[in-house]
Amino acid sequence: MDRRKSLKAIGIGTLSAGLLLDACNTVEKKQDNAASTTEKAHPDRQPIEIEKDKNLNSWTFFTSHEMATITVLGDIIIPKDEHSGSASDAKVPEFIEFIVKDMPEHQVPMRGGLKWLDLQCMNRYDKSFVDCQKQQQLEMIDDIAYPGKVKPGMNQGVAFFDLIRNLVATGFFTSKMGIEDLGYLGNVPNKWEGVPEDIVKQYGLEDVTFKHA
Amino acid sequence: MGDLQIKKSSKVYDVVIVGSGAGGGMAGYVLANAGVKVLMLEAGPFFDPAKHSSQLKFSYESPRRGARTKERGFGDFDAAFGSWEIDGEPYTKKDNTEFDWFRSRMLGGRTNHWGRISLRFGPKDFQPDDGVSERWPITYEEVKPYYDKVDRLIGIYGTVEGLPNEPDGIFMKPPKPRLPELFIMKGAAAAGVKVIPGRGSVLTEALPGNKDRGTCFYCGQCGRSCKAYADFSSSSCLVIPALKTGNLELISNAMVREVLTDSNGLATGVSYVSKDDMQEYQVKAKAVVLGASSCETARIMLNSASKIYPNGLANSSGLVGKYLQDSTGASQSGILPQLLDRKRINEDATGTINIYGPWMLDNKKLDFPRGYHIEFGGGMGMPGYGFGGYVPKLNGKLPGRDGKLKEGGGYGASLKDDYRRFYGIQFGMAGRGVGMARIDNYCEIDPKVVDKYGIPVLRFHYKWTSDEINQAKHMQETFSRIIHEMGAIPTSAPHGPEDMWGLEAPGRIIHEVGTTRMGDDPRKSVLNKWCQAHDCKNLFVVDGAPTVQQSDKNATWTILALSMRTAEYILEQRKQQNI
Repeated sequence: MDRRKSLKAIGIGTLSAGLLLDACNTVEKKQDNAASTTEKAHPDRQPIEIEKDKNLNSWTFFTSHEMATITVLGDIIIPKDEHSGSASDAKVPEFIEFIVKDMPEHQVPMRGGLKWLDLQCMNRYDKSFVDCQKQQQLEMIDDIAYPGKVKPGMNQGVAFFDLIRNLVATGFFTSKMGIEDLGYLGNVPNKWEGVPEDIVKQYGLEDVTFKHA
Repeated sequence: MGDLQIKKSSKVYDVVIVGSGAGGGMAGYVLANAGVKVLMLEAGPFFDPAKHSSQLKFSYESPRRGARTKERGFGDFDAAFGSWEIDGEPYTKKDNTEFDWFRSRMLGGRTNHWGRISLRFGPKDFQPDDGVSERWPITYEEVKPYYDKVDRLIGIYGTVEGLPNEPDGIFMKPPKPRLPELFIMKGAAAAGVKVIPGRGSVLTEALPGNKDRGTCFYCGQCGRSCKAYADFSSSSCLVIPALKTGNLELISNAMVREVLTDSNGLATGVSYVSKDDMQEYQVKAKAVVLGASSCETARIMLNSASKIYPNGLANSSGLVGKYLQDSTGASQSGILPQLLDRKRINEDATGTINIYGPWMLDNKKLDFPRGYHIEFGGGMGMPGYGFGGYVPKLNGKLPGRDGKLKEGGGYGASLKDDYRRFYGIQFGMAGRGVGMARIDNYCEIDPKVVDKYGIPVLRFHYKWTSDEINQAKHMQETFSRIIHEMGAIPTSAPHGPEDMWGLEAPGRIIHEVGTTRMGDDPRKSVLNKWCQAHDCKNLFVVDGAPTVQQSDKNATWTILALSMRTAEYILEQRKQQNI
């Protein structure tokens, strides 16, 4: 069904439809060159915001070694599976590079945490984290991935892993790949008629009405 | 140097309006449509939701995935420019008290950021009989016709409930609840908390007689402003239509310094600095209407001192800036474990509230005056920055697909699956209540500090008392009861006396009102009941500042109704040649 017909089908008037078609077109164009979106001047941005993003993109925070470590960690946290790709497939390391510049409070915990991890690995395996064998990497991560059973001396590692796990998950599940994996169906013009009957029944909520509330 | 000059326009407007938010926008709309020549000054840039909204962008179209910045305090897609701090425009605080001041310098002001939750003050909000709250000089019956007109002009959804202090309006059909919201309704009923359909200014039906505005297409993004003009923003619903009359001129980026007065004490116009060229300008008008926001309006009046007005314009009462009020706010969030692995549906619905908990309790049995309402929400929204933060904290507490418990946290395929399983099961509830009007909660001019335009800035003094703290405690107890009855797990940190039960700092709820309160006695109020200054008959205030005592209801609908009423009063006074 073409978009104009589908809009008509869901009962949106001509005026809204015209506006929406523009809106939809904009979205599509943006997706085509997603890489350059931050560079382009958006009409919805203030000059101070355009300048800010330009500045943030003009320098690099993480060293190439740190980025390599983030990439390996990211793919351990969110690996490829039968539904979708890995964190690095969704360009999560690039997101983390941006976000730590945007939110400077993450910079020391990330840099220091990566250093902490490398030193642990040097002491245990005589190698930096990225140079360890996969099995060694996972042994290391097992010591910091479970806040409920922390060995003595590992607390700082647990705090670091908490942070990077959150950044990786946010980066992945807000990417196009991650949003599709989750099955988010919104952000499109539609008509909201309430929770479908079958779902209401599934949870036994047939009797929930405002009269009873 | 030597080239500094003040550019004075010789044109005399009928009315100059300072500010383009709900108050200024409505006054401009009414006056321009009545043929009055209006000049509107806005301290920020032009903004048209049809062209400038971020509506229908996905999170990945923001490099920070929609996260907040200092320049945009409610996230990268929110329509409102500005935040709690604006570069070059400081404010200060006195005696270690707190007040956080959110400003949005742009066409439409803070109507670009608000929940579109649209509530009338009730009869007991205007005329409280609790022996504690001060009464307004007007009654609900006097304001009702204006609420009715605002409903018809702008559009609002809701249901007729016939509750004593929650007046019904002229409603369109409300949106249906989302799945987690059905659980909230069930839990609230069991906890004895009344829940009714939400009331919001979103067009769920075509607005009769209006060809410029479309109807809601349920993207749930009102906060980004609506390209179809299907929700209320002052820009799309008031100022842009007023511009089309040809009777309203708008100057953007015009930061007002002071109101100018003559030797008789009458307002003659305003002076402003243009942010575009940093030059000084003066414009003349027969009447001045301030709608700059409660605190900015007080700032302009206090900065407009003259021989006749040594304490600031129209401030013989000494009350300009006093009785500043913000709503109380406290909240909790949680997840519904029974919804793990729920079926995917498009649950964006509207960007305001689907269900609402009005205040129904009797204060005689409580240890605080007045009350609060509850705003509920939850559902399968677009994942944005911060997504899934609670998943590694809770995945060890709930059985997996295999029915077994595992160690919480983790990584890899099993964690990735947990994010899917936990998606769309979260909800939140937030109380918004009455902050009592007190003379010692105020803003004043800081004697030492100016902003980058050389304008003296505001200094705030605001403290909560046991009235508000006990109310927040009651909110938390109510939320906990509802969450328990829902069979849900709280995800927000527990609150207690150590953090005033999660009571937000004054200013955080962005319902600032008071500062130029209305009243019949000029010694005890700044404005008369028409929002006209007692001391200066051609000066009017149309934002939240005339509020005597706020209600738990969000202020916007009342600001709109009172601004419309004041604009009609101005028309009447012009007819009688009084101004």
